[in-house]
Amino acid sequence: MSGVTRAEHCVIACAEAWRGAGEILASPMGLVPSVGARLARHTFAPDLLLTDGEALLVGLDGTVEGWLPYRQHLALVTGGRRHVMMGASQIDRYGNQNIACIGDWAKPVRQLLGVRGAPVNTLNNPTSYWVPRHSRRVFVERVDMVCGVGYDRAAGARHHRIPRVVSDLGVFDFATPGRSMRLASLHPGVSVEQVREATGFDLVVPDEVPLTRDPTAEELRLIREVIDPRTTRAREVAL
Amino acid sequence: MSDKTMTAEEAVARLASGMTLGIGGWGSRRKPMALVRALLRSQVTDLTIVSYGGPDVGMLAAAGRIRKLVTAFVTLDSIPLEPHYRAARERGAFELAEVDEAMFMWGLHAAANRLPFLPVRAGIGSDVMRVNPGLRTVTSPYEDQETFVAMPALRLDAALVHVNRADRLGNGQYLGPDPYFDDLFCEAADAAYVSCEQVVDTAELTKAAAPQSLLIKRHTVTGVIEAPGGAHFTSCAPDYARDEAFQQRYATTPWPEFAARFLAGDERAYRSAAGEGS
Repeated sequence: MSGVTRAEHCVIACAEAWRGAGEILASPMGLVPSVGARLARHTFAPDLLLTDGEALLVGLDGTVEGWLPYRQHLALVTGGRRHVMMGASQIDRYGNQNIACIGDWAKPVRQLLGVRGAPVNTLNNPTSYWVPRHSRRVFVERVDMVCGVGYDRAAGARHHRIPRVVSDLGVFDFATPGRSMRLASLHPGVSVEQVREATGFDLVVPDEVPLTRDPTAEELRLIREVIDPRTTRAREVAL
Repeated sequence: MSDKTMTAEEAVARLASGMTLGIGGWGSRRKPMALVRALLRSQVTDLTIVSYGGPDVGMLAAAGRIRKLVTAFVTLDSIPLEPHYRAARERGAFELAEVDEAMFMWGLHAAANRLPFLPVRAGIGSDVMRVNPGLRTVTSPYEDQETFVAMPALRLDAALVHVNRADRLGNGQYLGPDPYFDDLFCEAADAAYVSCEQVVDTAELTKAAAPQSLLIKRHTVTGVIEAPGGAHFTSCAPDYARDEAFQQRYATTPWPEFAARFLAGDERAYRSAAGEGS
């Protein structure tokens, strides 16, 4: 399909995280994952729960259908009926994620947010990640502070799962024997070499790497006319 | 029954250096800023602050009042990273006890229930365990044998929270969408000071709002402070939204300049300087 932007392929890649998820809460953090979650609910995941970003569960037209203040949100996390897509300031080959600080934790070079809910998320509900600018600063050999727990540190925790990492270059998963990050699909226009150059560790690259699928005509219409007519997605990923 | 109304200065006069203070709200939402401003005008220092952090933490950190901070994050919401907090952390100004959002909540629950700890499925495998080496784990005594973090109680010497309405006895009401954890902060504390937009008669509280909005119960409250605009510049829905312009000014003004301009005088002077005096 011609004329599909990189941001729109990213939306599709994020939306696919919630395919077949059933009646669970989609917690997208960031503009592109938010458009993706709404697209999923509009199309192939109609039972998803969405929030208004505050304390309410809302339908696609904004109809309030429930109340979810922070403390109930935390119970929902531990109940497991949620799939969150978080950001990552750093992420390593096993999916360890950092949003707390850069440098030595005791006296950081750059203080960031703090661990937030990453430790509880990763031990309780599926946790995916969204990285709008794929670079060696983000995809690092070793994160400075493990907030979200990766496969090598989860020790087989019973509810631990990192379904996917989506960046502006492609989609990544951990479907390898050693649970190391693998290139699952390339966004159209991106080369394997480009991904390798932007990644600070050895990525598993299969012989055949598929392309991230195109949106259907109806999905493209929903993204452009219904969900994100003001093109907020382009603020995270250039058109 | 006793009238618990007092001024912010009277509340702060009951606090002492070295105390552990819990501060309610979340990020840059419904923070008890009038009480924080009164605290900044006092000499109280060397504090352990327990907070889902916003500008309360940023201001106290910038002013050098924090010895230790217990938090899962510090943010201004619409400005993701709190600049004064960042600067203080990057110069190693205080000790940080970094815990996850859920660990924090269970620490308050433990304190409120007079338990030494509560088990939580969070923290294990993360660097929270490395940077907080004092954290212990417990193994389930049942067949599953799972290992959990034993989150220690976050018992507080005092809690500071801000709500929409309260009566003179200490019954506090929130009218916004989220209670945050303010009732838990009060229950986890030896003394709780509740500021509010407006003190009303008890009967007024449920004239227009459902009894479920009565978040804070008077037996957990020591002092009630009427502080209109008391959460400014954070949000206090539905009474007012966050003052984004003022928050931007806070975030971009060097701390000494901000403190001199807005915090040198009393609360009335603050409101006047912030353009809310009229």
